[in-house]
Amino acid sequence: MPAATRARWVLAAATSVALVASGCSSSGGGSSSSDSGKTFSYQSSEPQNPLQPANANETGGGRILQNLFKGLVDYDPSNAKIRMQVADSIETSDSQTFNVTLKTGWTFHDGTPVTSKNFVDAWNWGATTSNNQINSSWFSDIEGYQDVHPASGQPTATAMSGLTVVDDTHFTIKLHTKVSYFEYKLGYIAFSPLPTAFFSDPTGFGQKPVGNGAYQFVSWSHNQQVVTKAYPNYQGVDKPKNGGIVFKMYNTSEAAYADLQSNNLDVMDQVPPSALATYKSDLGDRAIDSPQGAIQNIGFTLYQPDWAGPDKAKVRQGLSMAIDRDTITKTVLQGSRKPASAWVAEGVEGYKAGQCGDNCTFDATKAKQLIAEGGGVPGNKLTITYNADGGHKEWVDAVCNSIRQSTGVDCVGDPKPDFKTARAAITGHQINGAFRTGWVQDYPLNANFMADVYRTGAASNDFGYSSPQFDQLATEADQAASVADTVTGYQKAETVLANDMPAIPLWYYRTNSGYSANVQNVKFDSFGNPAWTQVEVKG
Amino acid sequence: MGSYVLRRVLQMIPVFFGSTFLIFLMVYTLPGDPVAALFGDKAADPAVVANLKHKYYLDQPLWKQYLHYMGNLFQGDFGTSFTGRSVTDIMADAFPVTIRLALMAFAFELIVGLALGLVSGLRRGSVQDTLVLVLTLVVISIPVFVLAYIAQTIFATNLGWVTPTVQDSKDLSQLILPAIVLGSLSLAYVARLTRTSIGENLRADYMRTAVAKGLPRRTVITRHLLRNSLIPVVTFLGTDLGALMGGAIVTEGIFNVQGIGNVLYRAINQKEGPTVVGIVTVLVIVYLVASLIVDLLYAVLDPRIRYA
Repeated sequence: MPAATRARWVLAAATSVALVASGCSSSGGGSSSSDSGKTFSYQSSEPQNPLQPANANETGGGRILQNLFKGLVDYDPSNAKIRMQVADSIETSDSQTFNVTLKTGWTFHDGTPVTSKNFVDAWNWGATTSNNQINSSWFSDIEGYQDVHPASGQPTATAMSGLTVVDDTHFTIKLHTKVSYFEYKLGYIAFSPLPTAFFSDPTGFGQKPVGNGAYQFVSWSHNQQVVTKAYPNYQGVDKPKNGGIVFKMYNTSEAAYADLQSNNLDVMDQVPPSALATYKSDLGDRAIDSPQGAIQNIGFTLYQPDWAGPDKAKVRQGLSMAIDRDTITKTVLQGSRKPASAWVAEGVEGYKAGQCGDNCTFDATKAKQLIAEGGGVPGNKLTITYNADGGHKEWVDAVCNSIRQSTGVDCVGDPKPDFKTARAAITGHQINGAFRTGWVQDYPLNANFMADVYRTGAASNDFGYSSPQFDQLATEADQAASVADTVTGYQKAETVLANDMPAIPLWYYRTNSGYSANVQNVKFDSFGNPAWTQVEVKG
Repeated sequence: MGSYVLRRVLQMIPVFFGSTFLIFLMVYTLPGDPVAALFGDKAADPAVVANLKHKYYLDQPLWKQYLHYMGNLFQGDFGTSFTGRSVTDIMADAFPVTIRLALMAFAFELIVGLALGLVSGLRRGSVQDTLVLVLTLVVISIPVFVLAYIAQTIFATNLGWVTPTVQDSKDLSQLILPAIVLGSLSLAYVARLTRTSIGENLRADYMRTAVAKGLPRRTVITRHLLRNSLIPVVTFLGTDLGALMGGAIVTEGIFNVQGIGNVLYRAINQKEGPTVVGIVTVLVIVYLVASLIVDLLYAVLDPRIRYA
């Protein structure tokens, strides 16, 4: 299993963050001739669900679907900002009703045109409870979601009242509350259009999808590979520079890395932990080290009386200061992470370094002092729950050592055998003290790192954190007139987190990967995916 | 003979039910909720979870689930995995690959192991004997995954004879290296068992008689010595065929062979009950059949054994 077992997958279109020096030598594009008809292979894993856009939330299926489908928008490779794809424009005057205009000329791989109806029908289908789509909650902002997806029981409608088709190229989206940055969400794979053929046989479609993206589906040999080829009529701004992608299934990243080194695999996800120390010398200028929109945190069980009091925030700040992030990322994590100084990951729109203030800077003396001021850690012992199958043991032990040495607080890791057991313990409130947590961006906007995690009652608020001040700032930011105002609004909300410390930010993830000698111009985006269409296969 | 086989086949029935029930119990009582886990880090949507649980029959008490599963099983339906593929399809893809891999490993350990054991058993104390003993000791003491990585480094990375992993699991020639690695541990046991057994039988009365009769050496060795020495080896080989199929997880992982081991590993991780139970059920049957064949072979090898 890859290190991040069943990491929640997040969509991404071809977004790429400027590459650090290591991978640049061949990125100029002129170093060797390329053949736009040739395919390249990518390390993948067998999709866990049928290939339906609203059903993919894991990397295996998700990264295949994001190449087969293209939604209204995606994120620009050069700056991670939003850009229009099938949409010509998305306009709103009140952050609640959005008027969408589609470009003409887009077609599905079966030749039928992409119209407003394809979007509206797809979203309604994905949102409806009885279709059992994993991503259905993505549509919950839309008015009428409760009718197709009630909290319990069967749906009373098959369409959301907030979606109205005006004509083939126009439709409107009405939300039940203001969300200024809603268009950012539209880049997620769940918002893809579906061809009419889908609705007559969704199950069969899931084995043989027909999309509107840069690549069209060719074949799926289960557990072996999924083959795609470039779609000649693709209308997107990112025309493929290669002939297609072959997704080869690997169960271990060690096997994939061995194949990559011998040029039997062209691009991979993430080198195995065993190769972190050597991959840069193994691959030379074909090694990749670029930032990812993901953060690792230690969360606290604020719902327990032990951690509820207002002065316990000081204890948490003290614990945060007791962690020597620099040394741990360099030694135990071998440079595969970067110390965090905020709750939003680097490279995300709205990222502001230093939001955590002194609290994220190692200072043993001050740490001890703060913990004493806050009344000490309950029982003078901290337990950090984590899943043992995700490669977390080493750093949890290191963090515990750091806390023990600098503050004298006893700290132990509490490993759960696997991810789902750990998740069950965390969501079932069966743990004591602290737990490993993290966030991988759904879309590269700071709101995503806060609204979905720290708001009272938010789906991923496993801390039981509830701050009226934070909630109010977040709501204000959501209702702002523009995305720019939302971003600054959430930056203000982030300062509340620095005071309350519901979770300690540890470090940001990085993509440590590489590519074979057969390809060039491989750049990774903040989702940890390569800019698929830009990969050039040497002629 | 016929009634013996019938009795053995009838004995298989309780073993089959008992083992499948135990596996079923173990898989379904593992901690963590497989349906909620489909949502990853994100909070699971209760309505969808309830729907999916109902769809996969997970909202029923365990004994009902077992009866439901067995009921379907006898109609040839192994259930459906979370990907929407039927478990029968998944097994139809993966079993042929693993069977090929296991048979190749089996052939390798049988031929090479017997030959090594024969040579070293006949020439005890010779250089060849010492060499075989040392080599097999090395193989026994090294874990399989270390052997696999060593083979991968030498033959793929350094020599470039093969690709590091199997590119096409249906291509027999690419399965040779994984099969040798997979069969190497058993090969060492076969060689050592054969050696000991031959050493004992060399001093047996019937051997002296055969030699005294003036039979050619070749006949003495193949017809008398080898045949009688094979009984413990056959016992080992019989159970080993099942072990090779179920135990290929490590080898299949390292060489990326898309066989039953890989599928099983993934299914256990995802707690995909139907896939795990289906595969293990088939493996149980393989074991049962293999041990029956072993028992029948005894009669062929040793005329003193009769099944009435």
